[in-house]
Formats: sequence, structure tokens, C-alpha cells
Amino acid sequence: MKYLEEYRDGAAAQDYLAAIRKLVTRPWTLMEVCGGQTHSIVRYGLDELLPSEITLIHGPGCPVCVTPIHLIDRALAIAQTPGVIFASFGDMLRVPGSSTDLLRARAAGADVRIVYSPLDAVAIAEANPGRQVVFFAVGFETTAPANAMAVLLASRKGLTNFSVLVAHVRVPPAIEAILSSPFCKVQGFLAAGHVCTVMGTDEYHALAARYRVPIVVTGFEPVDILHGVAKVVRQLEEGRHEVEIAYGRSVRPEGNRPAQQAVDEVFEIVHRTWRGLGEIPASGLGLRAAFAAFDAEQRYPEPGAPAAESPDCIAGLVLQGLKKPQECGVFGTRCTPEHPLGAPMVSSEGACAAYYLYRRRAAAAAPS
Amino acid sequence: MCLGIPGEILETHAGDLGLRMGTVRFGGAEREVCLEYVPDVQVGDYVIVHVGVAISKVSEEEAQEVFGYLQEIQALAELEDTQGPDAVRRANRATPGANPA
Repeated sequence: MKYLEEYRDGAAAQDYLAAIRKLVTRPWTLMEVCGGQTHSIVRYGLDELLPSEITLIHGPGCPVCVTPIHLIDRALAIAQTPGVIFASFGDMLRVPGSSTDLLRARAAGADVRIVYSPLDAVAIAEANPGRQVVFFAVGFETTAPANAMAVLLASRKGLTNFSVLVAHVRVPPAIEAILSSPFCKVQGFLAAGHVCTVMGTDEYHALAARYRVPIVVTGFEPVDILHGVAKVVRQLEEGRHEVEIAYGRSVRPEGNRPAQQAVDEVFEIVHRTWRGLGEIPASGLGLRAAFAAFDAEQRYPEPGAPAAESPDCIAGLVLQGLKKPQECGVFGTRCTPEHPLGAPMVSSEGACAAYYLYRRRAAAAAPS
Repeated sequence: MCLGIPGEILETHAGDLGLRMGTVRFGGAEREVCLEYVPDVQVGDYVIVHVGVAISKVSEEEAQEVFGYLQEIQALAELEDTQGPDAVRRANRATPGANPA
């Protein structure tokens, strides 16, 4: 496929690796923000092919992983309400809540439907006027325009049987939370290419200047990632800390203005709790008051029982880059993609699931 | 989750409530895609599609930058090989960081 294959070219990747080896003179620690990048890095073994001076830390950019457990519990309670059709991206179905997950709720009789697009959930509401349809609106800035479009469409159609459970998160406050931690080891960032496709790079200049870190907006294919790494390393070696774009075929500095306008019409910035990280100020999006009629949190009562995480899961440390997945005592034993205890084991973009898929055999073979 | 796939626009049409829609080809598969957020695209353009919505038009020119940058840093490495690290530092000062955003 055009614009995919050429960025998976092995020869170009080798050339990049050779050039990066020449650029590096001392150790550097980089964080890739996005779970899609983590998946590519682990899948293609880029972290092992890069010179040993370069350490890649996996960031929290996986919405499936960071959606707070109380919202998963809320989704479960809504999905189990008689008459409700609960629509969700497929990734969310196996995320563990306090006592069960959406997949098991569906097996027990709840009408949980996987949709490819939020617009499909609006179509389900139109086709089922006698039923309430609730869409689980998760995601980063990348997904916000599509979810905003679904709400705008439902509003223009005058649908009264459609609502959204919003769990939107924003990347820059999470980067700031990581940088302001006293344990932060990150010296440069690969920022998320599709988040910046929507939002542009405005919010990143202040972060790069304040914390003196290079931030390079990076794509998702192996050669794209090496392009981003090369730009970050070159900045570090030269003592620069700028915002650069290494994914220009999709990202413009100003982002996608029509998409930003729709997001701004429907959503406002709110505080958000991240699973494993805690509350981060101004790190989420919630519905504006004008769209309160579409807010599932206002339509359905809050479940009574308090949310409870598995005590064995170290997802919070993994999401902050402080631990690697295989350092967890239950990794690959009591916690697997089939029976996850923590959210990063669910999505293929979660660091735990990526290591389980691509690194388990290697870890087992290595002397301990 | 933020997966975005490049695809070619085969045709455009007005959808529900006049929403601008198009048929987009991804390798062998075709899909109906919302084009509201990429108002300037035409048939034959490539767009990045995320959950059924196009979020950008692929820039043909910028698509080559990843290979152009590779040549740039390879040339830099060669310079270091032949003239030592000081030459690289001098060259860097002469051409500060390409493509600041």
C-alpha cells in the first residue's frame, strides 16, 4: 500500500540505524508517547537494534490503558441496564473493571456492540428508536474529532436515544506530568503523529522550552520511528531542545483547524483521572453544557460500589516508564491478554501486551 | 487506538444531512469515510483515516522528507569520518536544525 510499504523498507531502516550509531556519543533516554509507536518498536525490535546508548521508555499513550477503572465500572453498569445498546471500540471490551469486563457482560446477556466508527453508533441509534444507545467515547485528541462529529450529528438529527460516556484524554498535560516528576529520566520525546495531525504543535513549544527537552512529532512505521529517533538524538547531541516534525506527510504545524473547531464546539477541557497515574489537571475532555442531553453520566446513576484495582498489577509504574512489563510478578503468568489483570495487557498497544506478544520467548530464553 | 491508515479517495458524495463523504481504498479494501475535516481534498488524493473519519490529506512532497533527512545525516556522518567531529559541529552551526515546527 502506498505511504505504508516504503516506510517499512528494511534497507532504509538499516541505513538509519547506521547513521544514528554515528550520531550518538553518549547515553540518552527517549520516551515514545503513543502506544501505536510502542507496538511498532517492540514488534520490529527497534529498541534492540538501536545503539546501546539509546534507551526507549514506553509512554502512557494508550487510551485503553489509561481510562480510569471507575469509568469502566460505569460503562459496565450502563451496559447491564435493561434495554440499553452499549456501543464501543473493540479494544475496550476486555479491559478489566472492578469485578468483570464488557465481554463477559455481553456473554451474560448485555447488548454490547463493537463499532468501527462513532458514526456507526449514531446509525444504530437511528435504526433502534425504541432503545437507548450509549457510545463509549474514549481516545486521545486523534479520536476527539470523530466523537465530536457523532454528537453533532445526533444533535442535528434530534436523536433523544443517543448518549456518550466520555473518557477523553489529552497528551500534553500527561507529558508535563511525566516531566515534572522527580523520577523523570526522559531526555527527549517522540510525540504522537496522529494526535498532532489534529492538534498541531502549538502546545509543545512551551513544554520543550520549559523542560529543555527536544520533542519530535513522529509517525508509526519503523522508518518513521527511526527518523524521529535520529532527529531527537541529533538535537540532544547538539544541545538543542526544539519542536520538530518528522511526520510531515500528515502533520501541519497548525494541525487540522476544522477538526479542532468541531472538538471545541462539543467538548471542554476538564480534569481527568488516568488509570495508574492518578488525576492530571486539564488532561481530559468533557461534554460542554450545551450538549448535556447527550451525556450518559447524567442519564445513568453512578454505581454504588467503589472501584478497586488488582493489588498485583504494577500498570501505573509501567505507564510512567519506571518499570518494564517483565519486571511485574504476574506478567505472563496470572496476567495474560486472555485474562488481563491490568489494562496495558489488553490492547496490543499496551506495553505489557506488546512484550507478551513479541518478547515472552526471548525473556524465557534469557538467563535470569 | 490512534491508528490512522492512508487510503486513496475514489469518489466523493453527500451523505446523511449533507455530510461530505467519500469512498476510500486501502490496499484491497474500500470503505465509506467522512471527509468533513479535509475540505480541500479531491478524487485521487490520499487521506489518513482514523475510525471512519479522514484527519489529514497526505502531502506527497513531505512524504519524501524521511528519505531526504536520511541522506542529510549520512552526509554528516561521512564528514565526521573524514574531517573529525569538529567539522560536524561547524556544519551544524551553519545549518541549524532542519524543519523547526
